[in-house]
Amino acid sequence: MAYVAIADRDHEIEHHDPTTFITKYVWSQDHKVIAIQYGVTAMFVGLIALCLSAMMRLQLGFPNSFSFITPADYYQFITMHGMIMVIFLLTALFLGGFGNYLIPLMIGSRDMVFPYMNMLSFWVYLVSVIVLLASFFVPGGPTGAGWTLYPPQAILPGTPGTDWGIILMLVSLALFIVAFTMGGLNYVTTILQARTRGMTLMRMPLSLWGIFMATILGLLAFPALFVSAVMMTLDKVAGTSFFMPAIMSMGENLSHEGGSPILFQHLFWFFGHPEVYIVALPAFGLVSDLLSTHARKNIFGYRMMVWAIIAIGGLSFIVWAHHMYVSGMNPYFGFFFATTTLIIAVPTAIKVYNWVLTLWQGNIRLTVPMLFAIGFIFTFTHGGLTGIFLGNVVVDLPLSDTYFVVAHFHMVMGVSPIMVVFGSIYHWYPKITGRMFNETLGKWHFWLTFLGTYAIYLPMHYLGFLGVPRRYFAMGDTEFMPESAFVLNQGITISALFVGLVQLLFLYNIIVSLKKGKPAGPNPWNATTLEWQTPDTPPKHGNWGDELPVVHRWAYDYSVPGYHDDFIPQNVPADATPATSEHGSDT
Amino acid sequence: MPLVIALILLVVGSLLFHFLSPWTFTPLASNWGMIDFTVDLTFVVTGIVFVAVNLFMAYAIYRFRYKEGARAKYEPENKKLEIWLTVLTTIGVAAMLAPGLIVWAQFVNVPENATEIEVVGQQWRWTFRLPGEDGKFGMTDSRLISVDNEFGINPDDPHGDDDVLVDDAIVHVPLNEPVLFWLRSKDVLHNFTVAQFRVKMDLVPGMETYMWLEPTRLGEYEILCEELCGVAHHAMRGRVVVEELEDYQAWVASQPTFAELQAKPPGDPVLGAASYAVCAACHGSQGEGLLALNAPKLSGQDPRYLKRQLRNYKIGLRGIHEDDVNGRIMAPMAATLVNDAIIDNVIAYIGTLPDTPAAATVDGDIAHGAKLYVLCANCHGADGQGIKMNAPRQAGMNDWYLLSQLKNFKQGLRGHHPEDLGGKQMRLMAQTLQDDQAMRDVVAYINTL
Repeated sequence: MAYVAIADRDHEIEHHDPTTFITKYVWSQDHKVIAIQYGVTAMFVGLIALCLSAMMRLQLGFPNSFSFITPADYYQFITMHGMIMVIFLLTALFLGGFGNYLIPLMIGSRDMVFPYMNMLSFWVYLVSVIVLLASFFVPGGPTGAGWTLYPPQAILPGTPGTDWGIILMLVSLALFIVAFTMGGLNYVTTILQARTRGMTLMRMPLSLWGIFMATILGLLAFPALFVSAVMMTLDKVAGTSFFMPAIMSMGENLSHEGGSPILFQHLFWFFGHPEVYIVALPAFGLVSDLLSTHARKNIFGYRMMVWAIIAIGGLSFIVWAHHMYVSGMNPYFGFFFATTTLIIAVPTAIKVYNWVLTLWQGNIRLTVPMLFAIGFIFTFTHGGLTGIFLGNVVVDLPLSDTYFVVAHFHMVMGVSPIMVVFGSIYHWYPKITGRMFNETLGKWHFWLTFLGTYAIYLPMHYLGFLGVPRRYFAMGDTEFMPESAFVLNQGITISALFVGLVQLLFLYNIIVSLKKGKPAGPNPWNATTLEWQTPDTPPKHGNWGDELPVVHRWAYDYSVPGYHDDFIPQNVPADATPATSEHGSDT
Repeated sequence: MPLVIALILLVVGSLLFHFLSPWTFTPLASNWGMIDFTVDLTFVVTGIVFVAVNLFMAYAIYRFRYKEGARAKYEPENKKLEIWLTVLTTIGVAAMLAPGLIVWAQFVNVPENATEIEVVGQQWRWTFRLPGEDGKFGMTDSRLISVDNEFGINPDDPHGDDDVLVDDAIVHVPLNEPVLFWLRSKDVLHNFTVAQFRVKMDLVPGMETYMWLEPTRLGEYEILCEELCGVAHHAMRGRVVVEELEDYQAWVASQPTFAELQAKPPGDPVLGAASYAVCAACHGSQGEGLLALNAPKLSGQDPRYLKRQLRNYKIGLRGIHEDDVNGRIMAPMAATLVNDAIIDNVIAYIGTLPDTPAAATVDGDIAHGAKLYVLCANCHGADGQGIKMNAPRQAGMNDWYLLSQLKNFKQGLRGHHPEDLGGKQMRLMAQTLQDDQAMRDVVAYINTL
């Protein structure tokens, strides 16, 4: 049987229109509803993780002043904060949230190719979140092994939550991976199979390239975490010794022998480093589209941007051991991993140059999404450059395990992706809800968050130079720490609490604007990509009414000379417009 | 426009912060100046990129700010520019990587003549071992570790006999001599870090890791554990003393060898009984303790703990703070036990005394105390009986003494001497008890054990 593209079989495919409230909003198979379910759940757990970070900062800024923060609590807070932010917020929000919402709309399809599996993906994700949060209510509380869950301490007494917490954490991760795999296969298949006529891969918006590559990374990387979670569970409950050598605990010899704690670290970081890019690549993609749209200019060097995403994705699988320079692995690995790690700086730098060059000769509108996009460039540049310190193996020696690392990864993996999350939510909010958000509040939100986070993390790097170790409940009277460093810690805590509170502005804005926002119209930003060309706003089930759109040009025809508007949507036929570059029309 | 100003101010502010910040590397005390050089070089290269990218961006935002009717330039690509930027970036990256790899090669290859020291980590304490005169470490096995063989040395391996054992978290190293640290853990991951030395490495159970350096500055530096190792991670401290070679050799000679410790006769309780007469005046003839004289119960206490405290009193690590009235009474008494053999005898005698649990005198909220004790249990045991090779017994001892010591630790009357690392650890843990009531609660709970 000859292959017929999905876009050409549109009229044969049933679309299962929802008929009841339950199928429309709860057991929904519509990618847009699932996206919102993912997004709201992710932001909810993110808020919990934000509160946990406030507790940690209270202890670090004002040690031993709060009876509700014991060392065990502190380590439980850092563990849950890290795991929630990286996995259950960022991964879920970028791929489950933005991926779900944007993929079908941007490629001109009616839904994901496996809508039922897409629905299952969200519900399994929700179960994984519930299992994770349940660990706050079991005896011993959640695990306090640090988000990296390094054995042996993760499953031995002396670490909080080694009875129940660690098991719930591992089960929750396994469930998350099941959910991700169902969603991820869907995203990849949909992008490869369900693009509408004319939407070649090299005409796709960079948002989709980022999400597409990140999903592939996830599908290849998460299995490593899955197997390590299974192996550690067996070590814990069945007495196996995958990660457990012959050791003592609490003055007694244990019956384990022959396992390797470093094996776990290799498995963990084989997942963990690509995970950085699972978060970063969607952010790279989304921010590219934000910059281009609001600068009214094509993205600079589109093809280079695509190849950089692919190169970074590929390289991200051979740099993992730069997290392990001082782990005691064979030190000769350091040569290889330092080299690969610094090589990855080249395509990453190219992306930064191209973002900045996209602004050059633009006609820059400093809308709220644009402010966040520029905030991203600043914070990502900062975080990326400090990554060069840590990637270069000898420079990592003094800085590893200090606050320099904490500051670095929060700039590059916390602040900068969150800048993109906020920018993207503001950018697509009019399409998702049909209404505009409050611009003034949005700008306040940007300014306070942007400046506030920099006040947290810039000084934190310098505590790291001083040698202040991370994962310390309290410093006590450490000899090399001057009194001023404790004052600095208080300042960081105050900034952090402030930035946390500022996020209420965001919540207030997006909730109140649902009802009170001005009607946005179908394309308030005058953007070119397909999601802004839907017949309805918000798009209805099936997205496109009777006819699928047909794509005639790339996603970045902004300010094309000779055309009356400063943007040409992707579905405008070629003969209606002046001839442009090779990217543009299909004539 | 505010954004342009903000970006410029952030760039300038970051530079100012960098140059004016008092928080920077501690003064170097090892040969790894090349690491500092590579860090400085990386600062220069990344600093230039940081300033250039952000100032360029600020300028672009200013110059191409939105104007009604203006139009952006349509320029999808500029191959020449993209290639130039790629080449320049590659050169910058190579300039940082090359010295990095050269220094790493030095770090990986240990000089032949390095002095070898084994660092042994356990939750939450450092100890050290030296290879002794034969220059070879005896083989170890974690299953051989016991109270009598804390290092787990194989007694059948002759290389182990002369191994020098340092049962204290303080290690000495010779100035300007390469030192190779072998790193071994008995339980979980740890990390051996001295900020002033710049280099660090994890201790991994089941294998030996290493790092080397050459101390270049006389002085004492703090050892920190920098790999999360449980609830007392932040209290796992040690000290390294850099001294002249002769002083180092004298220190090594003063430490016992494995064979000496194995051959040492146990204390003689009969001889100890005579020496105990002095102690009995305050601690009671049965070692039962006496509140009126603030002398705690001794019977039933871990002999290793008793020995360590007697030693601390004798060498001036405890009972020296002017507000520690009772400690200051004990210090001269400990000095009357003139040598280790007499101390061993006294402790052996105390071991023969009947262990009747002390009466409860402290009231508190037991339920609250039980919650607080969860932390204590990690070292002192869930049953308060102490944990071998870790921390002393609390249950059945004098509760008023526990309370007074918690206060002393919290206020820094005990455990403040930089060389009393066990005391320092307890000081950090006592800080977690907010007030006297919390201390009473936890002691009241211990009374129920």
